Amino acid sequence: MEAHERVSEAVRTANDEGRAGLVPFITAGYPDAKKFIETLKEVASVGDVVELGIPFSDPMADGMTIQRSSFEALKQGVSLAWIFDRLDEAKSDIDTPLVMMSYLNPLLAFGYDDLADRALAAGVCAFIVPDLPFEESEEIRKALEAKGLGLIQLVTPATPPGRLKKLCDASRGFVYAVTITGITGGDKGLPDDLADYLDSVSEVSDLPVCAGFGIRAASDVAAVGKHASGAIVGSALVEVLERGEDAAGYLKSLQGS
Amino acid sequence: MSSILSPAEADRLLKAAIAGELPDDRGRFGPFGGRYVPETLVPAFERLEEGIREHLHTDEFQSEFINELKTWVGRPTALTFAPRLSERWGAEVWLKREDLAHTGAHKINNAIGQAILAKKLGAKRVIAETGAGQHGVASAAACARVGLPCTVYMGAVDIERQAPNVDRMRRLGAAVVAVESGDKTLRAAIDEALREWVSDPSGIYYLLGSAVGAHPYPYLVREMHSCIGRESREQMMAQAGGLPDAVFACVGGGSNAIGLFYPMLADDCEIIGVEAGGTGTGLGQNAATLATGTPGVLQGAYTMILQDSDGQVQETHSISAGLDYSGVGPEHAMLQATGRVRYVSAGDEAALEALEELCELEGILTALETSHAFVAARAWAKENPGKRILIGNSGRGDKDMPTLTKYPAKVHTHGST
Repeated sequence: MEAHERVSEAVRTANDEGRAGLVPFITAGYPDAKKFIETLKEVASVGDVVELGIPFSDPMADGMTIQRSSFEALKQGVSLAWIFDRLDEAKSDIDTPLVMMSYLNPLLAFGYDDLADRALAAGVCAFIVPDLPFEESEEIRKALEAKGLGLIQLVTPATPPGRLKKLCDASRGFVYAVTITGITGGDKGLPDDLADYLDSVSEVSDLPVCAGFGIRAASDVAAVGKHASGAIVGSALVEVLERGEDAAGYLKSLQGS
Repeated sequence: MSSILSPAEADRLLKAAIAGELPDDRGRFGPFGGRYVPETLVPAFERLEEGIREHLHTDEFQSEFINELKTWVGRPTALTFAPRLSERWGAEVWLKREDLAHTGAHKINNAIGQAILAKKLGAKRVIAETGAGQHGVASAAACARVGLPCTVYMGAVDIERQAPNVDRMRRLGAAVVAVESGDKTLRAAIDEALREWVSDPSGIYYLLGSAVGAHPYPYLVREMHSCIGRESREQMMAQAGGLPDAVFACVGGGSNAIGLFYPMLADDCEIIGVEAGGTGTGLGQNAATLATGTPGVLQGAYTMILQDSDGQVQETHSISAGLDYSGVGPEHAMLQATGRVRYVSAGDEAALEALEELCELEGILTALETSHAFVAARAWAKENPGKRILIGNSGRGDKDMPTLTKYPAKVHTHGST
């Protein structure tokens, strides 16, 4: 099985158990770089897939929470190389498939071939690159796919139908369906026409569809779960970690258990 | 960084640039440029590109744009001979007076052009970012002119050092949003404007103020400003009797510079862009992106940027808010790589001195951004005596008074040089 297929399988396994896949997001090294692996293990104990955010100086698609976590992690010296080193030390303890969310420039600076090698060795299965549209993605896609890794494509309510199909076909692991037109960390709730939108994505996608942006409560996960295979929880979880609260407990509460 | 391209590639690229073939259909200037934007904005960028194709070069758009440039902006701006500066430098110095354009800088060319385009594309409101505040003021004025609501994002640090412009924007009807995240300067303001655009990509028109960012902005902004270079050529021929031996402009994002340089690429003249050297050559002490940066992706384009080895974009320093930016327009990165344009830097102190010299000798208070170009021009004049020099005087310095009052002025006596 290629690495990216582990991601699809993890979400489908959750669905087979009669629940939506849960994909928690954390910013690597936040709130405390020294507790990175501890935090990751705690979150991975509940999540079906874990999305690991690579801090960046210019997080243009993120709201205040992720921006704050990103800047603070950078201050604590977190870098992609540092993250790979920590993951190498700990990977035998983490079975949950990992996906990395990074803006393009840190990946470009690391070098795509090295990136694919280190990611594969560290248990990372796929990448989400929020400032990399499909049209600019060929070079990194080739480097990742050569090692069995993949790019998870984002689709949004603004994505035209023809483009939606193209992006779903190009995606690996799952399709990331952004629920709103906006940045991460919104608190306006999920839009009324969410069901139709998620149905339209699921219809054209052969992969599981995971919905993200604005998911904060068990009711959100339940609402999303009726029309998608999984739910991604980012800013709300980062806020729980920021307050020093029980992250595993919060994630379990989202599953309604 | 001319090593990025082989000599044959550099030659081919420069020929393509001169022939007007760049950017190519992928928005590239050779290796630079492109469109690195969140998926939510892809349809908005495609609509903008389509709108430009449909409107920009039609007679209808051009006649409206040119009429506004003539009757509202005050174009063509003057070309001024600088006799006393010429005498002191041992050169023949000419100034392209963008400081005389409405609202006090070249920025208004692009602002009114894009505001007209926004109206044609059916935008409900306009957002803009600003560094020195000149683009914010220009956008506020242009939006008032065409009747569109305008919100300007401005870093908290810049709000403090360019206070007069903040008040001007508000009086011209714009809402000014202080950006407290990131480096609190131009880069953070662009990030914040992009975040706002993501929230309503079909209703908002993003009026980007420099020749930076994702395709088609570097192209669009260049087209709006190329009147600077076209007018300069005609005026030099008519008033100076020939083209200049060397042309200078300051470069932050690089909009006034590309406007001046682009129509002169095929001419037999040296072209020199001047970046902010700040207080030194170390990372974080300057904004000399082309002189000291490396290629990377920032805010939508592959270009030269100031970054560390992990690809984290670094904060910059310059006395001038308008040059204080970690990236640069991708077309400038290409022009540097081909060797056609040379990019040098000038420090804070030298820029202040140059500003003072121009006040003293020619009675022109130039912007702190612009004064960087004078530093490099003076140095060039010393090495190349008796030559004809054109300097893009991109803006006036009234908005810099809060900064300038921190540096006591020397008392000049008129007539003593």
